[in-house]
Amino acid sequence: MAWNEPGGGKDNDPWGGNNQGPPDLDEALKKLQEKLNSIFGGGNKSGGSGNGGDFHLSAGVLGIVAVLAVVVWGLFGFYQVDQQERAVVLRLGVYHETVMPGLRWNPPLMDEVNKINVTKVRGITSRGQMLTEDENIVDVALSVQYTVSDPANFLLKVKSPELSLEHALESSLRHVVGSSKMDQVITEGREQIAIDTQQRLQSYLDTYQSGILVAKVNIEDAQAPSQVQDAFDDVTRAKEDRERLKNEAEAYANGIIPEARGAAQRQLEEAQAYKEQVVARSQGEAQRFVDLYDEYRKAPKVTRERLYIDALETMYSDATKVMVDVEGGNNMMYLPLDKLMEKSAVARPAGGSEPDMRQLTDKVIEQLRRDSQSSRREGR
Amino acid sequence: MGGRNFTVVVVLLGLIVLALNSLYIVRETERGVLLKFGEVVDPDISVGLHIKTPFVHMVRKFERRILTLDAPTQRFLTIEKKPLDVDFYAKWKVIDTQKFYTATNGEEGRAEGLLAQRINTGLRNKFGERTFHEVVSGERDLLMTDLTRDLNQITTSEFGIQLVDVRVKRIDLPSQVSQSVFDRMKSEREREAREHRSTGRELAEKIRATADRQRTVIGANAYRDSEVLRGEGDALAARTYAAAYNRDPEFYSFLRSLSAYQSSFSNKGDLLVVDSKSEFFRYMKQGGSK
Repeated sequence: MAWNEPGGGKDNDPWGGNNQGPPDLDEALKKLQEKLNSIFGGGNKSGGSGNGGDFHLSAGVLGIVAVLAVVVWGLFGFYQVDQQERAVVLRLGVYHETVMPGLRWNPPLMDEVNKINVTKVRGITSRGQMLTEDENIVDVALSVQYTVSDPANFLLKVKSPELSLEHALESSLRHVVGSSKMDQVITEGREQIAIDTQQRLQSYLDTYQSGILVAKVNIEDAQAPSQVQDAFDDVTRAKEDRERLKNEAEAYANGIIPEARGAAQRQLEEAQAYKEQVVARSQGEAQRFVDLYDEYRKAPKVTRERLYIDALETMYSDATKVMVDVEGGNNMMYLPLDKLMEKSAVARPAGGSEPDMRQLTDKVIEQLRRDSQSSRREGR
Repeated sequence: MGGRNFTVVVVLLGLIVLALNSLYIVRETERGVLLKFGEVVDPDISVGLHIKTPFVHMVRKFERRILTLDAPTQRFLTIEKKPLDVDFYAKWKVIDTQKFYTATNGEEGRAEGLLAQRINTGLRNKFGERTFHEVVSGERDLLMTDLTRDLNQITTSEFGIQLVDVRVKRIDLPSQVSQSVFDRMKSEREREAREHRSTGRELAEKIRATADRQRTVIGANAYRDSEVLRGEGDALAARTYAAAYNRDPEFYSFLRSLSAYQSSFSNKGDLLVVDSKSEFFRYMKQGGSK
């Protein structure tokens, strides 16, 4: 019954001959032209044009109309397929071929040409709250980029491929998130979720033969729902607090330990200094003693006497003294010791105008020193 | 002459009408059923151009592509009687046009209604046998493939429909239950936040304590070392002094005493009451004579 049996191919096609049309058409056109000339001639004879009154002309007119219709029909068959596109051609409703880019011709009315962009990256986004494996709720937003990889399937196998994609996306995303723990979803597991979702989504779409290729699934946002966002933010802040406290403590440690090391070094250096000082002094003093002793041994009596008198002289000249030159203990002598002490003690701090006093005392002391020196020299 | 032409036109028109009525196309995306006075004579016409007897045969066409059934949200209970709001979709296509035509009169809407009913029942049963956890994560795939397989047998034999896929889109908790989930999530996070803060304080205290210990130890070690050094210095000095002074201890005490007298009475405030009989004044009384 069918002219076009599935296995039969287009040879059986009743209008298939038109594909090899051009040479026949040329001949037909020539004949037509001849006819046209004769017809127009006839038209002029009758004097009426396009009136339709002369029935002799009708066959010719019909011929012209038919030819024009064929030409117009033929012209409508040309179309252009852009580099980005593929054209799915249905011949009498049957899938015929998928046409590559270029200038193409297919018989119009008989063939239906559907151009589909196969390089354009299309995108859809989805956002929603969903359950995780540990019975928490997360808010996930993602975008999917896809291209049409098989235009014939895209057009012919699924009624609304884009809607199917949306549904499949919702299902696969929720499935993947539902099999993951919340912490994974909102932190480092995002990438994995995108990959798993993409695989799952692609497998669904392949089952439906949708002709869609998922190029990329991007998790744009995965976070706790707004109802609990504060609590989650607080955890983040708490983590920061922990680091801050730790850093402060480390700052404290870094502050005091080097200081302690410095102080320790100071202590050691001081001890070292003390040691060297004591040793040096001892060596100096010992050497002084030895040298003096060597001389002393040469003239012990004189040296001893000299040393003694020198020492006492210095002592007496510096100190306040009272000489008691009384024989025996019979006579009572009154020594106002406390007064003497007081006098010598008070003499310095007391005084009216201080600068004057100081200058004065300085002068007096200077004078006294000179006197004592000169007297000592005279004494020797 | 005019009559002849007119007849030609009429006959041509008639032929065109007949041709249009006897020619039909079944598109790649369609399935056709050929009916002869309402009786199915060819349940699955191949795609392409066909001829039929006008007015005797009739053609009904159905969608050949995969169709989508998007069901409204349903509430199901799990085995623990937890309510869940479930959204699902199903992918189906007509494979047996005769059965499909018989069962649904070829109406997609009616077919979807029948399917939705079956799937609802199936899902309700499957959910009722499973725990919340199994439904949400573990057994989704298994559940769905089971359900699809079971239902597919029924829909194929009864409606001529192949159930390609049944998928759950969303499984959500009803809003009053979600609120309690949110509360639980909040409390969990509060616990975590508190833990982080106290861990921070713990670490800080440990670091400070360690630092304080190090400081003390460094100080103590330094004190020890410095005392050792001082001791060494003292010892060396003492040895040096002893070696020198041991040559004549008596002379040393003499010298040392003299210097001690000098430094003791170096001040005007020091008051000496001196007896003239002392050694120093030996010559004061006796003059030069001896």
